[in-house]
Amino acid sequence: MTIQALLGSIRRRSFATRVAHSSRFLSTLVLGEHKGGSIEASSLCAVEAAKRLGGDNSVSLLLAGSGPSLQEAAAHAACFHPSISKVLLADSERFTYALAEPWAKLVHLVQQKHSYSHIIAGSGSFGKNVLPRAAALLDVSPITDVTEISGSNLFVRPIYAGNALSTVRYTGSNPCMLTIRATSFPTGMAPASVSNDKCIEKIDLSAFSEDDADGKSRYVSISSQDTERPDLANARIVVTGGRGLKSAENFKMIEKLAEKLGAAVGATRAAVDAGFVPNELQVGQTGKIVAPELYMAFGVSGAIQHLAGIRDSKVIVAVNKDADAPIFQVADYGLVGDLFDIIPELLEKLPEKK
Amino acid sequence: MKILVGVKRVVDYAVKIRVKPDKSGVETSNVKMSMNPFCEIALEEALRIRESGRAKEVVAVSVGPAQCTDTLRTGLAMGADRAIHVEYPATLYPLSVAKIFKALVDAEKPALLLLGKQAIDDDCNQTGQMIAGLLKWPQATFASKVVLDEGNKVATVDREVDGGLETLSLDLPAVITTDLRLNQPRYATLPNIMKAKSKVIKKLSPQDLNVEIRSDLEVVQVTEPPKRQAGVILSSVDQLIDRLKNEARVI
Repeated sequence: MTIQALLGSIRRRSFATRVAHSSRFLSTLVLGEHKGGSIEASSLCAVEAAKRLGGDNSVSLLLAGSGPSLQEAAAHAACFHPSISKVLLADSERFTYALAEPWAKLVHLVQQKHSYSHIIAGSGSFGKNVLPRAAALLDVSPITDVTEISGSNLFVRPIYAGNALSTVRYTGSNPCMLTIRATSFPTGMAPASVSNDKCIEKIDLSAFSEDDADGKSRYVSISSQDTERPDLANARIVVTGGRGLKSAENFKMIEKLAEKLGAAVGATRAAVDAGFVPNELQVGQTGKIVAPELYMAFGVSGAIQHLAGIRDSKVIVAVNKDADAPIFQVADYGLVGDLFDIIPELLEKLPEKK
Repeated sequence: MKILVGVKRVVDYAVKIRVKPDKSGVETSNVKMSMNPFCEIALEEALRIRESGRAKEVVAVSVGPAQCTDTLRTGLAMGADRAIHVEYPATLYPLSVAKIFKALVDAEKPALLLLGKQAIDDDCNQTGQMIAGLLKWPQATFASKVVLDEGNKVATVDREVDGGLETLSLDLPAVITTDLRLNQPRYATLPNIMKAKSKVIKKLSPQDLNVEIRSDLEVVQVTEPPKRQAGVILSSVDQLIDRLKNEARVI
């Protein structure tokens, strides 16, 4: 009896120390994406998420690439976010393009050396491509699209196109690997002006041996839609067109309206499939997730897959001639009418920005 | 060459799901189930490659409970040559599924593995990447165009990435996961549905493949997302601009 009680208390105590241990020594690696010498907004949101794992979390940012743009990005990173305590730099030709094979191996290598408790990436196409592969190499289950951090191993993520929220506990060994939904972890922080390049550390890549996967995938090209409008995922206002626009020509009205509002342009799957706009503008379960202050939907019926991408917008406006369209069930302000009358009227009556 | 295609049985995409009152998950009994839409696209692509003469055999694989055979029959009716069902009654996370696929690949030796980019139930978007990692094969995720060069054993893949389309070139064998715009899947015709009944579905268990199922994730609860407050229907553009300016203060 007493032995049992003793055993019980030891078991309880060792459990308690284990928990305390894990919460005391949090260390997180954030996979950093950079472009044109600066860190992508989604990676900074991942740093923000790392901060919410616990107070004493030390956050390292991993940057890989080659040449001066990598050095510039590293210099930016070091002074960009006060929570970043170290910037790890992998400078090599094999990282010139963000291919999953060398990146996943790099994460594996860095983890073996530094034993992080958490590894986080933004859940854009880069994070979703690289992180699960790295997780497989480390033999752990990753968690996709985390929208809320309730503890160092307790997370909330949407499932079924955002129609349910699943709370999951990670019970495996280190590292716990996450991709986070950027719109759920806004940074809202102005960059500090002081540079602090002391914390930049070059990764020794001599252990980066050639193996089976090396060189088996090669970058060929990228075709990007360069626009001057704000980035869809981070815009304050998003104007979206659906099938109701009827043609690519008509879709220009949406672009004009977006210009007037200083907004980003989005589209439904129907509009993309019909060829009105390129696919990277698609908003929804399989496209971009947005959470702007104002979301305006024109000729959008509101399929569940689309609603999954706009659910967290602050104010939703819907214009549709079908009064029964499901979009009206989530819209704060609805206008039932012909968008071909309403958009020109809006263009005329909206105040000039600034 | 041989192509292995992963197909998952999920709640039909058009069903409005209900969260169970005890918060243990989403109601799946008496709900219409179908093949995951992204898996249909992967299978369609494999069939087109076979029809172009660049592949000999298309094998559909599903991992999960007994009813997965229905999904595999659908795949066989679409045109897959044969099917493998790795039966496991409980929920499996992508890491376990990836290990099962690795074991199948070791046995079947396909030159190409096609999967959907994500299942529309768990929305994980992980399995293809994890299989590629375990096999040390190159990967191309979110594919919207796949061109095979049989002579050089190379696949050229257009990927839908943030900000545009990226083109990669992969040495085979490789793993490719499909995006929505890769193709338009065919319907199974009645004669093909009849023919599919005589095609073989091989049954295996994780034990047969020497894969140990363990889980490092635990679902604590599943809840409904917060509901949005009902909005108002306005009658004019002027009213809308006024509300946006003075009530919502967003413009």
